[in-house]
Amino acid sequence: MSHARAGSPALADGRGAPGGGGPRSGGPGVTPRTSTGPGVGPRAGTAPRASALLSALETVRDPELDEPITSLGFVASAAVSAGGDAEVRLRLPTYFCAPNFAFLMVADAYDAVSALPGVRKTQVLLEDHFASDAINGGVAAQSGFVQSFDGEAVSELHDLRADFLRKAVMAGTDQVCRPLLAGGADPARLLELTLGDVPPSRPLRRLRERRGELGLPAGDDAPLVIDPVTGERVSEQGAALHLRRAQVTRISIEANGGICRGMLRHRYDSVGLGEEEEQ
Amino acid sequence: MYQKDGEKYFIVDSHMHYWNAAPDNWVEGAEQYAKGWIDCFHAYQGLGPPETHWTIEHFQKYSEDDLMKDVFEDGHVDVAVFQPTYLKEWYKEGFNTTERNALMGEKHPGKFIYNTRFDPRDGDPGLETLRRNVERFGSKGVKLYTAEWNNGSRGYKLSDPGAYRFLEAAQELGIKNIHVHKGPTIWPLDKDAFDVSDIDHCATDFPDLNFIVEHVGLPRIEDFCFMATQEPNVYAGLSVVIGGLMYARPKFFAKVMGELLFWVGEDKMTFGSDYGIWEPKWQVEGFVDWDYPSDEFSDYPRLGTAGKKKILGLNAARLYDIEVPAEFQLPADAGTPAAQDDAVLVED
Repeated sequence: MSHARAGSPALADGRGAPGGGGPRSGGPGVTPRTSTGPGVGPRAGTAPRASALLSALETVRDPELDEPITSLGFVASAAVSAGGDAEVRLRLPTYFCAPNFAFLMVADAYDAVSALPGVRKTQVLLEDHFASDAINGGVAAQSGFVQSFDGEAVSELHDLRADFLRKAVMAGTDQVCRPLLAGGADPARLLELTLGDVPPSRPLRRLRERRGELGLPAGDDAPLVIDPVTGERVSEQGAALHLRRAQVTRISIEANGGICRGMLRHRYDSVGLGEEEEQ
Repeated sequence: MYQKDGEKYFIVDSHMHYWNAAPDNWVEGAEQYAKGWIDCFHAYQGLGPPETHWTIEHFQKYSEDDLMKDVFEDGHVDVAVFQPTYLKEWYKEGFNTTERNALMGEKHPGKFIYNTRFDPRDGDPGLETLRRNVERFGSKGVKLYTAEWNNGSRGYKLSDPGAYRFLEAAQELGIKNIHVHKGPTIWPLDKDAFDVSDIDHCATDFPDLNFIVEHVGLPRIEDFCFMATQEPNVYAGLSVVIGGLMYARPKFFAKVMGELLFWVGEDKMTFGSDYGIWEPKWQVEGFVDWDYPSDEFSDYPRLGTAGKKKILGLNAARLYDIEVPAEFQLPADAGTPAAQDDAVLVED
């Protein structure tokens, strides 16, 4: 059983994204969450360990910052009882953080945790937020964003998520290309490279995952520098501008993350589960 | 006025406030929002140097004397532009209204410029209020907070037809400068509240108005930068950029400054302390001393003394027709502050 709000495969934007429509984004490497849910998941066996719970939450990202909610410090607590009842408490840097992204994080955390073998019941609670009640209630009732914010939203959040995945692809393009440019490659040369030509690295893996989530080409033979909307190789005359945009997109996301971390620290003096300093 | 190493800087703080967010001003039934809002602002202050932090009580309601000391006596500011933020859904007398600002400012002639505001959702009565405010306070600018709540609505877009009506009226009344602040809730909630594309439309359709995007569109700097290169009348308001990053995240600050200098240019960036979030003193002094921290940033445009003078005051002085004494003016070869044609169009 999947959530009404969340089951859509609508991340591929349909323009030049053949084969798009994979599972919704909840993070790379997550077990597909198609057959689990409250009361449906396996009940035999034992409740998952705390480490499994944390691993599940590590797959949930802040869609805007493209970083796990754990490393950002957004997980205030996470526990599972011997009987398999999981409770996760999330916190954000401000009382007024955007409700749509907040909803996605709560919903994704719900999905990730309830998909764990041995979890019988899942509760995810966003604390200290102006829309806590609407979000917590909506996610618990699996009623989707539109219904949770009755009259205030006209569609679910797939398009919003896809927009931010495209930003993540741009930022990731900078992360992968910057070392190559620093090594003397000129932008035109980068256009000839495929993903398989680039030495393996964490940023490369991440870029491939984000492209995959959008239904964009992500295999070894796919061009390294593509338009994140059409999936097409960037033209030679557009290359320098494209790479500049990739750079400013990355800096914007990182600066934003820095501000969020600073404000979270001011708001809460405790360290979140799995919290890490920015790199 | 600030002087350092023989250079004199004329300081215009183009974005600051005089608010009352203490419990006596909270709307009954909306206390959690009123408290949440000021707590959120207070957390921003946490990004400044620790010795400049205030207690939450002081932060909720600072006095006129505090402001005059922090901004003018200690803060080096010559002229300050009051930017109102109404938020009357949460604060009984408003958070920081044009009236509140002017009541205080009238006691200190020449020190303040009173911007006003409008909200397209207020319709005809709102237009009338705008007209009266411009007449009464001589406003040359407005501050628009597109995410402001209004009768159950959680915000609006500047490209809405209702907003165009107000922009037209404002222009007729002699308003020149439109300061826009994007915020976290805007209707419909499934859209990105920080999207700046509506400003792109307005800037094209109202070429005689200047659009100063406060906080440089944070957290959408990339969208802002790209838009600003294409619209000669779009400016970068540096409030929050200096206050929120220069001390707390110096490396990101250098990168963001580098990007802004590349995409927008030093003629189109304006300093704003965002007081009472941050005091101007450390921002002005730190900015005058600032340079890129390492060779890692060698690809970015440099920022010299002339550029700092423009950003700290001369650009905003030009936008607001503030007279600047000769001793603060730039040498003839240092360009024109606030020149619209300086945006760096990226072409290949």
